[in-house]
Amino acid sequence: MRYSAKQCNLERVLLAAAVPLYAASQRPFPLPLWRAFSTADAAASNDVTVERSLPERPAIVQMRAVKESAMAMGGPARIQKQHKSGKLTARERVQALLDENSFLEMGQLVQHRCRDFEMDKKQYPGDGVVTGSGLINGRPVFVFSQDFTVFGGSLSETHALKICKVLDKAMQVGAPVIGLNDSGGARIQEGVMSLAGYADVFQRNVLASGVVPQLSMIMGPCAGGAVYSPALTDFTFMVRGTSHMFVTGPDVVRSVTGETVTQEELGGADSHTTKSGVAHGAWNNELDALAALRQLFDYLPLSNREKAPQLLSLDPANRVTPSLDLVVPRDTNVAYDMHEVLEKVLDNGELFEIMSDYAKNIIVGFARMEGHTVGVVANQPMVQAGCLDIDASVKGARFVRFCDAFNIPLVTFVDVPGFLPGTGQEHGGIIRHGAKLLYAYAEATVPKVTVITRKAYGGAYDVMSSKHLRGDANFAWPTAEIAVMGAKGAVEILFRGKPASVIAEETRRYEERFANPYVAAGYGFVDDVILPRDTRARICKELRVLQTKALENPYKKHSNCPL
Amino acid sequence: MARLLKEGLLLRKLNSTARGSARKAARALASTSWHSPNGSRDVNDNNLAGCAHIGTEPALSNGSQFDLNWQQSAQPPDCQESGVSTKSGRRKTFGLSNKSAFRARRQLEGRFADFRPCGALGVIAPAGTLFGTEGGATQDRDKFTQFYLGRGYATAGQPNAAAAEARPASSDKKLFNKILIANRGEIACRVIKSCRRLGIKTVAVHSEPDADALHVRMADEAVCVGPAASTKSYLNIDAILAACKSTGAEAVHPGYGFLSENSAFVERLEQEGIKFVGPTSSAIAAMGDKIESKELAKRARVNTIPGFPDVIRDAAHAAEVAKAVGYPVMMKASAGGGGKGMRIAWSEKEVMEQYNVCHDEAVSSFGDGRIFIEKFIEQPRHIEIQLIADSFGNTFYLPERECSIQRRNQKVIEEAPSTFITPETRKAMGEQAVQLAKAVGYQSAGTVEFLVDKHRNFYFLEMNTRLQVEHPVTELITGLDLVELMLKVAAGQKLNLTQERACRIQGWALESRVYAEDPRRGFLPSNGRLRTYSEPRARPAEGGREQETVRLDTGVEEGSEISIYYDPLICKLSTHGPTREAALESMEHALDSYVVRGLTHNIPFLRSVISDPDFRSGNITTKFIQEHYPQGWQGDYLTDAQEARMLASAAALHVAKLHQQSFSIFPSGDPIKLTLTVDAGQQHEVVVSPVSDVTGEYDVKLDGSKIAVQLLTPNPGQPHLVDVDFDGKKQPMSFQIIKKLPRGFSILFAGSQHDVLIERPDQAAMAKHMPPPRVVDYSKFLRSPMPGALISVAVKEGQNVSPGAELAVVEAMKMRNVLRAEQEGVVKAVSAKVGSVLAADQVIIEFE
Repeated sequence: MRYSAKQCNLERVLLAAAVPLYAASQRPFPLPLWRAFSTADAAASNDVTVERSLPERPAIVQMRAVKESAMAMGGPARIQKQHKSGKLTARERVQALLDENSFLEMGQLVQHRCRDFEMDKKQYPGDGVVTGSGLINGRPVFVFSQDFTVFGGSLSETHALKICKVLDKAMQVGAPVIGLNDSGGARIQEGVMSLAGYADVFQRNVLASGVVPQLSMIMGPCAGGAVYSPALTDFTFMVRGTSHMFVTGPDVVRSVTGETVTQEELGGADSHTTKSGVAHGAWNNELDALAALRQLFDYLPLSNREKAPQLLSLDPANRVTPSLDLVVPRDTNVAYDMHEVLEKVLDNGELFEIMSDYAKNIIVGFARMEGHTVGVVANQPMVQAGCLDIDASVKGARFVRFCDAFNIPLVTFVDVPGFLPGTGQEHGGIIRHGAKLLYAYAEATVPKVTVITRKAYGGAYDVMSSKHLRGDANFAWPTAEIAVMGAKGAVEILFRGKPASVIAEETRRYEERFANPYVAAGYGFVDDVILPRDTRARICKELRVLQTKALENPYKKHSNCPL
Repeated sequence: MARLLKEGLLLRKLNSTARGSARKAARALASTSWHSPNGSRDVNDNNLAGCAHIGTEPALSNGSQFDLNWQQSAQPPDCQESGVSTKSGRRKTFGLSNKSAFRARRQLEGRFADFRPCGALGVIAPAGTLFGTEGGATQDRDKFTQFYLGRGYATAGQPNAAAAEARPASSDKKLFNKILIANRGEIACRVIKSCRRLGIKTVAVHSEPDADALHVRMADEAVCVGPAASTKSYLNIDAILAACKSTGAEAVHPGYGFLSENSAFVERLEQEGIKFVGPTSSAIAAMGDKIESKELAKRARVNTIPGFPDVIRDAAHAAEVAKAVGYPVMMKASAGGGGKGMRIAWSEKEVMEQYNVCHDEAVSSFGDGRIFIEKFIEQPRHIEIQLIADSFGNTFYLPERECSIQRRNQKVIEEAPSTFITPETRKAMGEQAVQLAKAVGYQSAGTVEFLVDKHRNFYFLEMNTRLQVEHPVTELITGLDLVELMLKVAAGQKLNLTQERACRIQGWALESRVYAEDPRRGFLPSNGRLRTYSEPRARPAEGGREQETVRLDTGVEEGSEISIYYDPLICKLSTHGPTREAALESMEHALDSYVVRGLTHNIPFLRSVISDPDFRSGNITTKFIQEHYPQGWQGDYLTDAQEARMLASAAALHVAKLHQQSFSIFPSGDPIKLTLTVDAGQQHEVVVSPVSDVTGEYDVKLDGSKIAVQLLTPNPGQPHLVDVDFDGKKQPMSFQIIKKLPRGFSILFAGSQHDVLIERPDQAAMAKHMPPPRVVDYSKFLRSPMPGALISVAVKEGQNVSPGAELAVVEAMKMRNVLRAEQEGVVKAVSAKVGSVLAADQVIIEFE
């Protein structure tokens, strides 16, 4: 929209009438409003064309002015600063995340209510957060995007109210919520009101948990109490280099513990995706991150009332992959890449991996079978022989529970030699953490299809979606070994103190007897032994049958998962 | 007659099922019993495989992929082993229409007379190619469609009186009952294929890590002959002899390499009464010695490189010798190397001038002033003549092979015939080669290598007394099966050939050697598992194009391991067409559609050579690679037209994917605006107007120009390979999706890899704010250039190093690679332990 000089003057006159209105409301005129006009003014001197033939009504002019001031966010200088640091503005992010022109904004004109520290003189419509709903590939989603250019994106009472409104709406409608976090923390000027705001958001995060998927993308600082909102959501993602999460920043850390640590080391994307497991994924820049978020969104159901979406799949269900027959090495002590198995079984070989850099001994992620979303859990023999440790158990458990909450069938690939031994693990509480994965699988009522590719030893066998935990279809490859433990360990216990020759002979006998899937199959713990090449076809068929599976856990207020 | 009956049955089956479900059709075929009353196994299996193949063609018409192995019962073992699959990756190879069973049936009825048998493997040949056993009888088979499957053979013919005689070789006396193949990899598989067709049982030998190798599973029997190291397995004469005895093998085919030119091995076999499929030990010994073979050649009046064997006394002597040798001459320091002390003289005057310079340089560089004079070969080409000789004194020469594209004396691309050789030269070279062979009483297949200068003078280099790696190109243009001929000779049979037949050239053939090596890192070998491996296919014969042939000689399949113990050859990829241009285009297409993942390979480099203007015009010498890639190969570039096509097809693919999402907001038909960015460079505005998602047609407007794109691959989600046709020209090309990026694809297009970002224009407008990707500075690290073992580290922490100083030694593929400092620096830390196994790019030493 271009303004002619004449029109601009006219608008200015009309606006003069609007200003007292603002004055009467005792709110300072938003600064960006003037800026918006001064730029129009500058352009006006060369521009004499008249595009609008009639002057607009004062009310409409006023509306335009207010809206423009809302769209101007924290002003050009702050926007430029945001851009310079490799970050997009809150509105740009929403635009990049959603389908074109699909964003419906709510509370664009909300203003904060703080009167202390002369805050009443600083007003920015929207109060540092852009909220609303939109579409991602045609499906509805609710979004809030914190605006770092307005008070550093800090959370005020009204800022929190806007977020709460989004969460409430999302739950009523039954659509996921995506939070784009870029906030310096609580609005200190508002004191306890800000803290109350956080708590209000937390409460709604908790209520929404398991009702609609909640996704968080950290795109700037996220410190102090602010971290707990993303932590309560289902998935937290970060942008490398520009996002940080910590309860207390490097300065406080230094003053309290004496440690010197950079922001990046303390709470950068790499720390949280590899060490702490706080974040579920990270990307190199914001556009990549938002594009990936769109991809993830396509896997998820809108709410717990719905099934996950089905895409048209052109990858044939009966695709046979002969090379899978060669994946498991002849030597049982040689590792192989479970990713290859997944690549050859899943639709188009695509897996949206969750926490790909954390606890790599277990792989979890979303994929599709015949176009239907499935949750994939797989032991990775390439890392720590695929054993379960504290991190892997927690990673797996959280993922399994998400899938169960949102009706996503679970496909599990098992090659697990057991739980990781050692004082580190025992003292770290592998018992209660391992119990989480066990609990999650046992609690899950979604279709559960399991393939044992090689080792399924001991308690870890039970944990990994075994038949005994209401597994619906449990298969084994001919290379599977389902036993209490490896042959050597077992024989050394059974024949303790016997000469080496006896041990060797008994080991051979043990292997012959137990290092196969047929004992388990004989008891019906394995439904069938299948050729690796047919794995995809078999899983697809089983999932087709299981689509109408109905299973309910006994009534309870809520379960008591070991935490 | 059994054969005719079977075909009738097949036709009925096809008739009855053509309209029904494709799967049913395949099942019906697979379950049909094909055992004929005469019990001739080879024909049975051949028919079986061929029919099964045709039978599954209809499966493709409904767009689904289908593999016979899906049916686990009622399947002939031959089919299973030979991977008779109808995955789309194969179907075009056989020139069959993929559209309907109807066409397959018509082919069977022989109405498609344009498909004729040919002697090669894994192909259907164009009209006019003769089926190759030998000689005149082959024309009788013109009316037959002969299917050679990738890993087996099949025959299907028209009811015809000639059919009875048309069985390959089976009308002859049986050659052997069982032979052992003392080799591995592609050549072992190659020999097994011929043996199968000839009804000879095969015994494979293998080392321990090769237990799952393809050649082991293709053979009728397999014997483990030792651990990984070749010296203890494939070169273990005792173990191989024991395997012969234990399996009752009557003969041994040695392939190439390993024991193929080991006269001691041949002697042992001769003692044991086991036939060696190759020349006699004396011929091997005679040709094995470079000096002796040259002497022999001279005596047999074969051209050798003229030169003066003794040291030159002075300039005058030099001039005298040069005159005798013939200009131009090369003066070489006898202690020389690396071009130092080497001078080329074109006249007596130059010899006089240059001699002293050369002498002085030799003295100063090597402290040894001795100079030799040799004929200088201008623009040398490496051209070789294939021979076949029997024990009855028949020796024939076959057409030449051009093997000038070499890298460090390793052939990279071969072709036959040569663009350079005239019929007269061919005859002269062939006759000299025959003279040499006769002089040593040669029998079996052999190759005489010549160096040819720009005046078409040719000079003997050496004779290889084995089947050459590059023999497929000769087979493709002659229609002869060299392995079969070798087996005949070994069985003491007479070659039923004429010189005219032996040297009859049909079309043009090229071979590219696909290796597991990294062309960007000086061709260092790479190894690992072939995680994804999908072989290329020939382009369909349409748009006025004749059917081309793509032949793959490979010993690997998806899931195979390229181990550090053996030659990292993945495949010999050969193409054949009516003209050189057709063969070249076919090769380009084959290289583009060859999917190899899991390790680094040289396909992009081969693609680069194939499309080089000098190569295309045939203007090549043995120095081609070093002259065209003096700094090593660093990737190829796209022309503007190619880039436009890449962008257009990427955009179309993106839209196809959008439409594939059933909940997409984009109604089909609306133009979609996109912004494409190549390698973080210029942004291109693209408008994609879907014409039809069903046929995959999209009109793409790109920077003002219009391109009609048709995605031919049935599955837009197919992760690796996309076939695409532009502007309805029916000249399909393939490109590969190497990786999905959050906002686009990494695409391999015409041998050149690019990251293509595909965004909405409003999203793309924000891209300028994104920080540039973080680049890790590796100049402070010494990283292992390849996977291997760290043998030694020559420096300590805190030590100063100067450029060129040895830092560490990494061993891979039995090669010790000395890693040297590129610049001055101080060692900060040695990060890897001596003796440890390194991954590629693993940091060995860190500098301050």
